[in-house]
Amino acid sequence: MNPLKEQRRIIIIVLMILVVGIYLVRLFSMQVIDNKYKDLARSNAIREVVQQPPRGLIYDRNDSLLVYNEAAYDLMVIPKKVSDFDTMDLCKILDITKEDLIERLEKARTYSPILPSIFAQQLGKEDYGYLQEKLYKFPGFYVQPRTLRAYPEPIAAHILGYIGEISDALLKEDSYYQMGDYIGISGIEKSYEEELRGVKGKKMVLVDVHNREKGSYRNGELDVKAIPGSNLWCTIDMQLQRYGEKLMANKRGSIVAIEPSTGEILCIVSTPTYDPNLLVGKNRSKNYSKLLKDSVNVPLYNRALKAIYPPGSTFKLANGLIAQQEGVITRYTYYSCGGGYNIGNHIVKCHGHAGSDLIDAVRCSCNSYFCRAFVNTVSNPKYKSVRDGYQVWKDYINQMGIGQKFDTDLPYESKGIIPTVEDLDREYRGHWRGNSIVSMGIGQGQVACTPLQMANLIAIIANRGYYYKPHVVKAIGTKDNPNTRYNQRINSGIEPRYFEPIIEGMKLVMTSGTGRFAQIDSLEIAGKTGTAQNPHGQDHSVFACFGPVDSPKIAVFVLVENGGWGASVAAPIASLITEFYLRREVKRTDLEKRMMELNTR
Amino acid sequence: MLNDTRQKKIKGIDTQLIVYYIGLVLVGWLTIYSSAYDPSVPFNPLNMDQPYGRQLLWIIAAAILAFVVLAIDSKLIQTYAYPVYAFFMLFILSVVFIGTDINGAKAWIKIGSFSIQPIEFAKFATALAIAKFFSSAKTESERKTQWIRAFILIGIPAVIAILQKDTGSALVFASFIILFYREGFNGWVLLAGIFAAFLFVLTIITNEIYAVALLLVILIIAWPLTRGDKMKIIRNIGIFIAFTAFVFAVNFAYNEVLQPHQRQRIDTILGKSVDPKGADFNLNQSKIAIGSGGFFGKGYLHGTQTKLNFVPEQSTDFIFCGIGEEWGFLGSTALIALYMALIIRLIILAEKQRNPFTRIYGYCVASIIFFHLAVNIGMTIGLVPIIGIPLPFISYGGSSLWGFTTLLFIFIKLDDN
Repeated sequence: MNPLKEQRRIIIIVLMILVVGIYLVRLFSMQVIDNKYKDLARSNAIREVVQQPPRGLIYDRNDSLLVYNEAAYDLMVIPKKVSDFDTMDLCKILDITKEDLIERLEKARTYSPILPSIFAQQLGKEDYGYLQEKLYKFPGFYVQPRTLRAYPEPIAAHILGYIGEISDALLKEDSYYQMGDYIGISGIEKSYEEELRGVKGKKMVLVDVHNREKGSYRNGELDVKAIPGSNLWCTIDMQLQRYGEKLMANKRGSIVAIEPSTGEILCIVSTPTYDPNLLVGKNRSKNYSKLLKDSVNVPLYNRALKAIYPPGSTFKLANGLIAQQEGVITRYTYYSCGGGYNIGNHIVKCHGHAGSDLIDAVRCSCNSYFCRAFVNTVSNPKYKSVRDGYQVWKDYINQMGIGQKFDTDLPYESKGIIPTVEDLDREYRGHWRGNSIVSMGIGQGQVACTPLQMANLIAIIANRGYYYKPHVVKAIGTKDNPNTRYNQRINSGIEPRYFEPIIEGMKLVMTSGTGRFAQIDSLEIAGKTGTAQNPHGQDHSVFACFGPVDSPKIAVFVLVENGGWGASVAAPIASLITEFYLRREVKRTDLEKRMMELNTR
Repeated sequence: MLNDTRQKKIKGIDTQLIVYYIGLVLVGWLTIYSSAYDPSVPFNPLNMDQPYGRQLLWIIAAAILAFVVLAIDSKLIQTYAYPVYAFFMLFILSVVFIGTDINGAKAWIKIGSFSIQPIEFAKFATALAIAKFFSSAKTESERKTQWIRAFILIGIPAVIAILQKDTGSALVFASFIILFYREGFNGWVLLAGIFAAFLFVLTIITNEIYAVALLLVILIIAWPLTRGDKMKIIRNIGIFIAFTAFVFAVNFAYNEVLQPHQRQRIDTILGKSVDPKGADFNLNQSKIAIGSGGFFGKGYLHGTQTKLNFVPEQSTDFIFCGIGEEWGFLGSTALIALYMALIIRLIILAEKQRNPFTRIYGYCVASIIFFHLAVNIGMTIGLVPIIGIPLPFISYGGSSLWGFTTLLFIFIKLDDN
């Protein structure tokens, strides 16, 4: 063979292999080394469709349903697919004006002509049924189901809370959520958001170059099923809650009832309240702003947790306990009344009786007794100064859950006010004595508590020394899976024996004291009235009680704003609540009727 | 050596080539099936509504065609090489006037519901003519002008293809240069051609100033090599002037002659412009499909990019995307290896021929297939401009399958003798 041609044959083959070699290197770098193309391919052809899990249901302590889900429907529109339709007809179905319709269409078009937008939100079943029949007349529109919260009874709005579209700020914080997702905003819906929401699933859907869905990707083997939210069992007794709300109708104030042995909240009433169904459905935002703007009734405000009041005479119970624990008084310590406690230029008045030991002082709510006991507690010679003595007293009060947040499972609670030594220094410019702050001895002056804190104080007394953090959720997921967050017993720092004289006094309140009109036939109840002085108007009526005395099942605190003295309104309501809870029926129907009809607003 | 080759043949037909051929046709059909695969449509390979159904029909027709070719007397093939060439040249020329417009190219003739693309048959006809031309004895004066005449032979179909607005097919005829080189064409001239291509790219990516500056630098560096030889100095300056003129011509053509969309195509392939939704959408999608295949591929029928129509022309010019996506680097390499086995086998067999006609024809076949392979795969992975030519034996389409089948089986027949 011609050597030149032989050489050229080899050159040709070598060059061909060289070209192919370059191609293989290129392919290797594209297919094996560079991951960019895999990501691009995914975003090209695979659309992740989020599967929203159903939100958990909420039951009361007796398995009655408080919150469930109801199907609702969003009317969606793809502007590009819309062609001529009878606008008047659609306006009529949706109850909107023609201008509104045009505006909504325009808004959807601005968002995207080819992607679906929500045209009308949360249509009810009736609207949906009607629309479904006529949908063929409206090309480009379709209906997409979603779930909404629904309430069998319009009660417990503050406890349950509500859900709403996630805010932009939260959206940035938590990557779980996406635009348009619903999130718990208040109440249990907020504090148990993670349990209730479940886990979103995703479905991989293939889309072609024209963005049309082409079935599932890899037969759905990469799909993740949505995990439904956990159901919750509340500590709330639905019937008691309903009863409480009826009793508090036309009044401002709150009822808090706790099962002392567990810290479980049996009911929390805060009035004025609202129908939770108002914050669901297509009128949600309209209703919400209406509720928000109601500055007279402030229906969205949960007084039981957020409002702070001077606790009045019910606070004397705490002071009596601390004074005993500190050895300042015993149950036999006798102070004469003298018509009031004299602090030089001022007298804390009492109603003028001879004098009393501790039990009797509780019974007749003697101001002089508890002023003296309090002043002696903070000025105890055991401690170097009144500052130290006060600090000791404050520590006891705090340990009983007053003046600090419980960190319970209802969001947005107030701390209440128990001033610190520094606060008092500031107030009195460094010069103060026991007498300066004597009002605190009878639950007035600088102190302020939430109804929840006071109810907890009564639970401590019922338990003779300890409490569990008050809470509203009993079990998560299944009924036999208890909520373990609040099963830690907290000691009040007061020995059990010091509770006996206090409870003795409270029993007498019901039989021969200020609460005698609220006693319940053949049930042994311990109670304490209070009248919280209100500089802005009529005093707040306060009553606290628990029962039965020997094996307490319920501790109740009732505050009715501007209700006058404790025995007039709060005491009957608290006793009705107690009776209803312990007996499941109320015999005193006259009293019940009177209380329900009473209007103190 | 001779006996070895004989042993691998059944009745004198080279089994290896047949096996490679069947292998490629099969890969082609499977890939076409996959790119149109829809799980909701029941399996029916003869579904004429689907490209795979029609392709199966054309494969059967191609098999018949192969037997017909094998039945022809090889002497006849050699004797009628020029008339065959002339016939097909007239045929493709007629397409310019009576052809049907498809995708902007007037390269098709409609017969009933089917369209054929005659240029595919011009390839083997030209190969026959070239083989005839180089194998026939020449006088001294003929030898001097043979390259000019050889270029005219391949130039005629190329010009007709351009008239059909089918630039891709026109470029295919440049593949004969490989054979020309084998037959003694000056390597320096080829090198000059490659250098010109380099200057072309440089001129477009940067501008003509850089290209001329480069030429000047080369001229100055080459100056001492002339050692004062006046002839060499004049020659170098002549080359310099010629290339400089070329650079300006390219610059002029690019800016003044080309249509904006043509300019865009060149820009895209040279990486001058990035416009993922515009002109290089196709290239981008092609790269995504192949790149997402990974090492082992997504598995047969599991490609997403091809099946969901992200890749354009996914069963014709961009069919390699389907292979790259579903079979990955492994499958891509295997396919390229299969082609190279075929091409090298063709060269080995060609070199063994005592008849120069067969040898030259064999080289033509190898050159044409290699050119298609290099350009087609090169364009899908972004190494070559997007030129619409099929992947031999694999791309969907009767014309190209029949054209390549005829091309290959004429050689198998010639080799048989």
